[in-house]
Amino acid sequence: MSDREEAFQALAKQFENETKIKVRFELYAPSEIYSQRIKASAQTNTLPDIYGILGEKRDFASFIKSGYVADLTEELNRQEDGAAWKDSLFQKALSVNEFLPGNEYGVAPGIYGVPIDVTTIQMVYNKRFYREAGLDPEAPPQTWEEFLAHCRILKQRGVPRFVSGFGEIWLIDALASNWAMNLMGEEKVFRTYEGKVSYTDPDWVRLFSVFHQMVSEDILVPGAVTMVNKTAEQTFANERAAYAFNGSWCVNVYKGMNPGLQYAAMLPPKITNAHSMKIWGGAGGSFMVNNQSYRRTNAIRFLRWLTKDKQQAFLATETENLPSNKNSLKQIPPILMQFADDMDNVVHPNTYPVHELPAVTEAFDKGIQSILIGEATPEQVAAEVQRIKEKESKKK
Amino acid sequence: MTLQKVRNVLGNYFFILPAFLLFSIFSLYPYFNMFYLSVTNWDGISSSVTHVGLENFKDIFSDNAVFWLAMKNAGIITFLALTVQNFLALILAFLCDRDIKGGNIYRVIFYLPPVLSGIVVALIWNWIYDGNYGLLNHFLAMIGLGDLSRAWTSDPKTALFAVAVIHMWKGFGWGFVILLAGLQSIPRDLYEAARVDGASGWVVFKNITAPLMIPVFILVSILTILGTMQIFDIIYATTGGGPGYHTEVPITRIYAMMIGSSKFGYACAMGVIFGAVLLIISMIQIRVSKMMRQV
Repeated sequence: MSDREEAFQALAKQFENETKIKVRFELYAPSEIYSQRIKASAQTNTLPDIYGILGEKRDFASFIKSGYVADLTEELNRQEDGAAWKDSLFQKALSVNEFLPGNEYGVAPGIYGVPIDVTTIQMVYNKRFYREAGLDPEAPPQTWEEFLAHCRILKQRGVPRFVSGFGEIWLIDALASNWAMNLMGEEKVFRTYEGKVSYTDPDWVRLFSVFHQMVSEDILVPGAVTMVNKTAEQTFANERAAYAFNGSWCVNVYKGMNPGLQYAAMLPPKITNAHSMKIWGGAGGSFMVNNQSYRRTNAIRFLRWLTKDKQQAFLATETENLPSNKNSLKQIPPILMQFADDMDNVVHPNTYPVHELPAVTEAFDKGIQSILIGEATPEQVAAEVQRIKEKESKKK
Repeated sequence: MTLQKVRNVLGNYFFILPAFLLFSIFSLYPYFNMFYLSVTNWDGISSSVTHVGLENFKDIFSDNAVFWLAMKNAGIITFLALTVQNFLALILAFLCDRDIKGGNIYRVIFYLPPVLSGIVVALIWNWIYDGNYGLLNHFLAMIGLGDLSRAWTSDPKTALFAVAVIHMWKGFGWGFVILLAGLQSIPRDLYEAARVDGASGWVVFKNITAPLMIPVFILVSILTILGTMQIFDIIYATTGGGPGYHTEVPITRIYAMMIGSSKFGYACAMGVIFGAVLLIISMIQIRVSKMMRQV
C-alpha cells in the first residue's frame, strides 16, 4: 500500500481542510513488517485509531475477540442522505470483513472493517505476443486445452510463457483453489477442509496433475518457483513472459515499469465445464477502527468520508486500484475495468464458511512447488497433504 | 562492615545499575518470556494464553520433520562456511599480512560485503542467478558450458548451495579481518628467528603461525557457526525457503510459524530448542579449544 502514499496524504490534507480533524497516515512495506507492527501495537495498547489487519481470518477473529476492533455494523447500516453507508460499497468487499452468525471462530456476528479498495486476482496476457504469433489478441484462451495450444505456439516462437511469484506460496494457493473450485465446486472443496473428503480424491489428484502438466509442457518461466511477485511483475512488464497470474494492483505496477505494455486481463483457463471458474478477490485493503480509541467517532467519520464517491474516484484515478465504492467505477481506466468485470466470479478465503488448517495449506502449497520442480508426483503430494491433514486434525 | 564500605559497595552497584536494567529489559526479560510462551499456544494476538505444557516440544521432537530438515540445511551451509569461507578468508589474510602493494585497498574491498545489507546482497545475487537473463548463465554460455545453465535458486540440486555461496561471499570479510588481526599480532621476531634457523614456510606455519592462531581460529569458527546457523535475510530474499523445503533453515521455520501460522507459542518452543542446540555447539567448541591449548 506504500505506493499510494501521495494519494492518501492528499486526502488526509483535504479532510483536515474540510473538518479541521487532523489525520496522519503511516504506510509500511513490506506487508509482514506492517503485520508484525500491528500485532506488537495490540500487545502494548498502542494501536492507531484506524489500522488494517493482514493475514488470515483467524487473526482477524483473534483481534476482535481481544477487543481491538470496533463493530461497524450499526454505522454501516445507518441512513445518511437517504442511503445506508454499506449500500454504496461492493457487497463482496464488505463480506470479507463480516462474521456471520455461527461462524467457526465464535465471533459476535457483524461487520468489522471498511474496504477502501477492491482487488481481483486473475491472469493477464501480452497482446503484442499474441499478435506476432498469429493469435487473436482479443481472444485469450478460455479452457486449459486452449491455453496449452497457445503456449505451444508461443514456445515455437521462443516466447517465454507463464510467470507468477510462486516463491510467495499464497499465489500458488490462490491459483490452485481457483482450479479446485472449477474442478469440484465450492462445496466439495469446503467438505475437504472439514475433513469429509480426502486429498487423495481423484479430483484433487487431477488438480495436482495440472501443475504437473505445467512442467511437462514447459510452461513456467525458469525460476518462477522461488520468484517473489515483484520479480514476476518485472518479468511480465519487461515482456519476458506471455502470461502472468497477478492481482488487479498490477495495473499500477505495470504502468510504472513499462507504460507501453499491451496486455489484457483474462480468467484462468477452465479445467472443466463442470463448475464455474472462481477467482480470489473482494476487499483489497480494509480499515478497522480501534475499539479502544477515544477518537473512535472521528475515525468512523473519516472512513465514511474516505469511501464516498468523490474520494474513491480520486483514489482509483491516482492509484489505479479498483474502488470499493460502486459509484466510482465509471471513472476507472479500461484495463482496470476488465478486472472489475469479473467481480461476479470472485470468492475470498475470508468469506469461506470453513477454513483449512495452516499446516495443511503449507503442505499443499509446498507440495505443488515440489511438483513444479519435478520432485514429486501428483499422487505423492496428495498422499502427503492428506497425511498432514489427518495429523493436524487430531491436534484440534 | 563500616558505613564507608557499605557506601562503596552500593556505589559500585549504582554504577552498574543502568547497564543491568538495560540488559534485563532487552535481554533477560525477552529470554525468560520466550521460555514462558514456549509452553503455551498463544497466537501472538490474544490477550489470553492457554498453557499446553510440553506439547509444543513433544511435537517438534517427534513430528516436525521439516524443522529438523531445516536444521540440517543450516548445518550444511555452516559446514561450507567453516571450511570454504574461512579457508578463503585465511588465504586472503595471509596475502594481506605481507607487505603487498595497495594492501589497505584490498582490506577495504574484502570488508565491503559484510557491511552491505543482506537483502541488498541477495537481490544482487538474484540477478546473477536468474534462470533467464542471469549473469552466471550468460558467463557459462560464453565459455561453452551453456548446458549447465539453470535457474540456480529454483533447482533443488543447486538451491541450497546457491544460497550458501551468497552467504559465504557476504561473510568471508569478517573472518578475513579477524584472522588478519590475529596474524599481525604474532611477533615478527619469531618468524625472523625461524628463518635464521632455516625453517621452511610450512614449518613456520605449522610451528609458529598455527599454534599462536588457535584462539583466533576458535573465535572465527564460533562466530561462523553462530552467524551461519542463524542465516535468514539472504534466504528470505532469494528462495523464501523453497523450492519445496530445500532451503528452509530454523529461522525461516520460526518466522513462518509466527507470521504465517500465528503459532507464536510453538515458534517460541522452536526458538528454545534452536538456542539450546547453538549453546551446546558453543560449549563443545570452547571445551575443544581448552583441550587444544593444553596440548
